[in-house]
Amino acid sequence: MSATGKHRASGQTYRVIGTRPIRHDAYDKVTGRARFGADVRLPGMLYGVLVRSPHPHARIKSVDTRRAREHPAVRAVVTAADMPSIDSEAVAELGEGAIELRYASEIILARDKVVFRGQPVAAVAATSLQAAREAARLIEVEYEPLPVVQDPVAAMAPDAPLLHQDLYTVTPGGGKAERPSNVAKHVQYERGDAAAGFAAADVVIAREFRTAMVHQGYIEPQAAAAAWEHDGRLTVWTTTQGAFSARQQLADLLQIPVGRIKVIPMEVGGGFGGKIQVYLEPIAALLSRQAGRPVKMWMTRAEVFTGTGPGSGTYIRCKLGAKRDGELVAAELYMVYDAGAFPGSPVGAGAVTGLSPYRIPNFRVDGFDVVTNKPRVQSYRAPGAPQAAFAVETVLDELAQALDMDPVDLRLKNAAVEGDRLVYGAPFNRIGFREVLQAVRDHPHYKAPVPGGAKTYAVGRGVAAGFWFGGSMTSTVHLTFNADGTVNLVAGSSDLSGSRASLAMIVAEELGLEPDDVKPVVADTDTVGYNDVTGGSRTTYATGAACWRACQDAIAQLKARAAKLLEADPEAVAFGGGEFWLWEEPQYRISIKEVAASLQKTGGPIFAKGIVNGLKMAPAFGAHIVDVGVDLETGKVDILRYTAVQDAGRAIHPASVEGQLQGGAAQGVGWALFEEYVYDQGVMRNPTFLDYRLPTALDLPMIDTVIVEVPASDGPYGVRGVGETPIVPPLAAVANAIARATGVRVRELPMSPERVWRALAAAGRAEGLFASHADG
Amino acid sequence: MSTASAGKASINAVSAKVLVEATVNGVPEAFACEPRQTLLEVLREQLGLTGTKEGCGNGNCGACCVLLDGRPVNSCLVLAVEAAGRDIVTVEGLATDGLHPLQQAFLEHGALQCGVCTPGFLVASKALLDVNPHPTEQEVRRWLAGNLCRCTGYDKIIRAVLDAASRMAAETRPEAAAGLETAADDGEVRPA
Repeated sequence: MSATGKHRASGQTYRVIGTRPIRHDAYDKVTGRARFGADVRLPGMLYGVLVRSPHPHARIKSVDTRRAREHPAVRAVVTAADMPSIDSEAVAELGEGAIELRYASEIILARDKVVFRGQPVAAVAATSLQAAREAARLIEVEYEPLPVVQDPVAAMAPDAPLLHQDLYTVTPGGGKAERPSNVAKHVQYERGDAAAGFAAADVVIAREFRTAMVHQGYIEPQAAAAAWEHDGRLTVWTTTQGAFSARQQLADLLQIPVGRIKVIPMEVGGGFGGKIQVYLEPIAALLSRQAGRPVKMWMTRAEVFTGTGPGSGTYIRCKLGAKRDGELVAAELYMVYDAGAFPGSPVGAGAVTGLSPYRIPNFRVDGFDVVTNKPRVQSYRAPGAPQAAFAVETVLDELAQALDMDPVDLRLKNAAVEGDRLVYGAPFNRIGFREVLQAVRDHPHYKAPVPGGAKTYAVGRGVAAGFWFGGSMTSTVHLTFNADGTVNLVAGSSDLSGSRASLAMIVAEELGLEPDDVKPVVADTDTVGYNDVTGGSRTTYATGAACWRACQDAIAQLKARAAKLLEADPEAVAFGGGEFWLWEEPQYRISIKEVAASLQKTGGPIFAKGIVNGLKMAPAFGAHIVDVGVDLETGKVDILRYTAVQDAGRAIHPASVEGQLQGGAAQGVGWALFEEYVYDQGVMRNPTFLDYRLPTALDLPMIDTVIVEVPASDGPYGVRGVGETPIVPPLAAVANAIARATGVRVRELPMSPERVWRALAAAGRAEGLFASHADG
Repeated sequence: MSTASAGKASINAVSAKVLVEATVNGVPEAFACEPRQTLLEVLREQLGLTGTKEGCGNGNCGACCVLLDGRPVNSCLVLAVEAAGRDIVTVEGLATDGLHPLQQAFLEHGALQCGVCTPGFLVASKALLDVNPHPTEQEVRRWLAGNLCRCTGYDKIIRAVLDAASRMAAETRPEAAAGLETAADDGEVRPA
């Protein structure tokens, strides 16, 4: 109990920070009371259903809604004709990524042409869900199919069919190509002289990699309700990572003033980057305006797969050169990221994250953002980074083998430290990459012998690393005090996985209260100041810093009140451990709860605020160890043991940090082994959770975690955001483990049993009846 | 050139509704529903029991798990009319005299993040402990393989279920918790 109320340097002990209280949102979530996107019920509410394109690429010749309008239960029908057309090249900033508004508008309702299967073309609202579905089937759309562009590499060919006649490549210099193509953007980074670097290297390894398009896989489908009042006010209830972002998108897309819109954020049943862009909200609004009644919509799982924004599939070539002692001297990355139907893949982040963890004096990175006839991708947890790390961390593992070096030692030898520059040139501030790698090397899992296999079952251990930048952006929080000494913490950051608890713990720590004394709420856009999205691992970091600032504001105001009660000057009052006292006469003291109870007698309510608008980057590094077993007869891979190590700067709620590490590792294992959009001529063949396979409880062991705490350069307590990083290492860690187990490298994701078995068979490593019948 | 509408759906102005009587969370309920409506839709949209979640609508994710006469079912695969005369327990019915030990264990282990899969996990776990009060880790994993969670990696969920099982055993049969008995597996297979 040694709180001082000041901003304390890391290394000190805390009373609340670092403990594991029951999360504030958890009671409602275990009792079924928590209200998610689809749980809204409004008087007179209608149900909305979309009509989606069955073609991946087609001209819309006509849309006939007459029969649907005649359905007796139908109250509204909308098509793109009801959406304002957007002719500018204005951009919607989504917090994690951006999209041109005219493209966002087309994703919501297609106008003249559809560019992916599942793109909405019309919508109906009816008095029941069943009637709405019935009426949707009565809408007749006439299409003229066009040639389909499915593979991003093929899409780059000069003679490939064009998705957009007006799309010209933005070149590295910022110019525009002369001819339209499917390549939206070419990014390039260079340092030193890559060719000379490779010439001076003792070992050079070049490989190519492919990763499948994958989905965030949040269990709660997109859902929204809208009520557009006759006086022009629009209220929207939605499951979103950012209510203010949703509000701005609605204002831009519907061309109405932002002040007319109120967005009420519901509990979010998983987002991972996929619940930032609006899909249903503008359509529910248009249907509501036409019907004069509230409209609720939610997606089926097939709609989520085909109609929202998955994570990019990629083609990547990676070449690394090293000296005999392991020093990296040159690198080359060539990266093609599938954007889906409209520009905006995370190739930029992929191009930066791939090589930045290591000191490499000579490199060249070329990245291409390419459109294809698939749903337009969105952010997915550390957007762009896992694919890049899959390539780089796999080639590093091969380098370690070629150099006969321990793979962790190879990384330690080249790991970036504070002052080393990221690929785009900015220096890292304080980072904990080396500390993380040392924790891996010292971990019992890494030191333990690799378990033995059997004739038809090979066991191996892999490691890989990765990082995410750790963003800041803008956050606002308010604090008000109740007469019983409890505090209302009004935040605007959506809580995806427990951030309310972490924010409340920061307030409790600073004010000398218990976490239960703080009541955190995620407020709507009319109630709290502007907040950017919950994404980019920024909430505990930046909104947490806003909480810390609000507490300092509150303490200053409360000191003045305490001074009145203690009959002293405010400057004579000290604060700590939840108590105010006089510097000179410490026997005179009064608790913060007593001061709160006396607010009406000492000048009225107190309103404290904390605003953050740009902290320094707080990168979080992680490294994972995984033991896999490979069935040499079937190619099936088992995860036998898993350890995730990560720098959290300072873990506010360690159980929540562990949960992030475990969940990110599990998603990464799914990406590595199971998950892919299976496409056939632009048609996704597996839009269900049966055929698009998420990891189940049976596919995973317990996931061990190690939280390393190297304080960040900015913000309170040294905290770093932790959410994105854990999905970056697993893809390569699993691939490296398979290679160490079998001697066979699989460089295409997912590493499904069939793909692994074919690779084993091609290398003569398969066992069983059919082992000799492999033909690749 | 193609036309993308079946155009064959018949228009039923008001589909004939059926009166269904069932016990829901211990209370007799009567509701009118269309024969084509799922139990999930009626629970959520008519009875206001929105704790039961729709994650996939085709029985793959387990978010809509409820107990039907004590057996776990995905309520998206059950027609509401099939519930006539049956006993239904949803997540809202788990807490009777205070939280169910499973709910308490989920709280204490932090066995949830976004929370949307949590009701399904709790109901399915209750069904497990009803038939197998002393499951092994692998038995819990196998039983819950029909419930998808995207946030947690399952680690804390499995720990919470195992912890709840041992707490319940300690409450009802102290000797079992002390490890004097081995778990009885009656071999019951969870219905699909």
